[in-house]
Amino acid sequence: MKILVTLKRVVDYNVRVRVKSDGSGVETDGVKMSINPFDEIALEEALRIKERGDAEEVVVASIGAADVQQQLRTGLAMGADRALHVETESAPQPLTAARILLKLVEREEPGIVFLGKQAIDDDCNQTGQMLAALWDRPQATFASKVELSDGKASVTREVDAGLETIQVDLPAVLTSDLRLNEPRFVKLPEIMKAKRKPLDIIALDELGIEDAVDHQISDFQPPPKRAGGKILESAGELVDELKNKGLL
Amino acid sequence: MSRILIIAEHDGKNLDPSVAKTLKGALDVGIDDIDIAVFAESPDPVAGQAARLEGVSRVLTLADEDFAHPLAAKLAPEIARLGADYSHVFMPSTMYGKDVLPRAAALMGVNMVSEIQEVIDKNSFRRPIYAGNAIVKVTVPEGETVVGTIRQASFSAAGEGGGEAPIEAVEPSADRPDHTRFVNVETGGGDGPDLATSPRVVSGGRAMGSSEGFKVIYQFAEKLGAAVGASRAAVDAGYVPNELQVGQTGKIIAPELYFAVGISGAIQHLTGIKDAGTIVAINKDAEAPIFEVADYGLVGDLFEILPEIESHL
Repeated sequence: MKILVTLKRVVDYNVRVRVKSDGSGVETDGVKMSINPFDEIALEEALRIKERGDAEEVVVASIGAADVQQQLRTGLAMGADRALHVETESAPQPLTAARILLKLVEREEPGIVFLGKQAIDDDCNQTGQMLAALWDRPQATFASKVELSDGKASVTREVDAGLETIQVDLPAVLTSDLRLNEPRFVKLPEIMKAKRKPLDIIALDELGIEDAVDHQISDFQPPPKRAGGKILESAGELVDELKNKGLL
Repeated sequence: MSRILIIAEHDGKNLDPSVAKTLKGALDVGIDDIDIAVFAESPDPVAGQAARLEGVSRVLTLADEDFAHPLAAKLAPEIARLGADYSHVFMPSTMYGKDVLPRAAALMGVNMVSEIQEVIDKNSFRRPIYAGNAIVKVTVPEGETVVGTIRQASFSAAGEGGGEAPIEAVEPSADRPDHTRFVNVETGGGDGPDLATSPRVVSGGRAMGSSEGFKVIYQFAEKLGAAVGASRAAVDAGYVPNELQVGQTGKIIAPELYFAVGISGAIQHLTGIKDAGTIVAINKDAEAPIFEVADYGLVGDLFEILPEIESHL
């Protein structure tokens, strides 16, 4: 079985994102970029499945400008076997991303497509579900545990009520939640080795897809600031303040 | 054709409070033809509750044993089929809505607007990105169906008692795949107030130290009649189950009173509470970022401070 893992290039988790003063976007100049943390967890899980002997190959894929190849190389250094870069000017909206991924799925015929449950830039949480719909295959989203046997996946999902387990036939789309695993650190020799692993570049028109802007995203604003509060001296003072406000 | 369809969330017996908030968001669109669809094995009890919400035109019931559990693969084809007759399709931005609605949107061939926090007009909305560090305007092209999830913390609940909307049974007719099966659901138990909707919430963080230590939070919450929440660190450490996580990837809440106890205040946590009324922070580190957003702060040992507060209640 082959596993296809998507890696989105996003502003690093630790960067405090700032809105540009003209409202046209957020500052990304000179900002550290990384693999979307949820995608990194998805890749880690795919690698563990391969290391257990339940998969033969792990392929990583990214959609975007040339710089996404940095994240693909990191994915190869983590242990993926080869990489696919679908060239677009910028990251497409989820439905377009899902259509592109479907084309890759038709080429690669993976048993599992593993995505992060959401990207920490647009926070959409849509692409995996959309791919599953277009592919007409099962989806197991927000996975915190994955078990494979007999061409099926038993997936424990983090839902509002707690932990839900569903069983899906493969091939299927899985999306990772935070507690699925802790991704490995990349060692230097692996980074060197990754440079020699295959990375294919695919033009968008080769896939017969147009990257049309559908939803228009505009008017970026910083969130309203909460007024700073006060540090109190004692528990009694706090209770008085809350009572005065009618909160207790 | 300006009509709104809301897909109800429920547990088979009770309508989830998120539906009344989703309805409030739908009412802000300014279209007064709003239907609520209830998918269930036996939808009647839930449909009765939905029909009493103020502003509902009709309640549609879709009964089938396939709908006994909320499986996206079973629900999405039917939602897409129904949705073809509507200009807007909304679900709450709970885990349920996040799982199901993108699948339906893709079947309808449209993009989706996640986590709507404000309705500007019938085609444009505001939503947070980058863990709430930026708010953007999303404009859906004229004539395209608007499919979106409504952020619970940003809307009040629509009222009840607007009269009884008619309930109509609809025969499910979309093809449903059998490649996905429900196995079970485990809930962490706890019979306190619901974290998503409680007006008072007490959350604990890594500083609780252990599951044993976290009991202090449960006791304090019980005394206040509050729901219990937690930071990601506390959930990762195994002190409490995952459904208590508050933040970017957990629950986004807007209680009137929020206690952050032993929580440093990572941006991902603050995203989950930025709409809270009054935030109280208790932390031994006076430099913790939580104090930048808290209305009231107490610096010191939480295991001493909490009993002290209790003694003043």
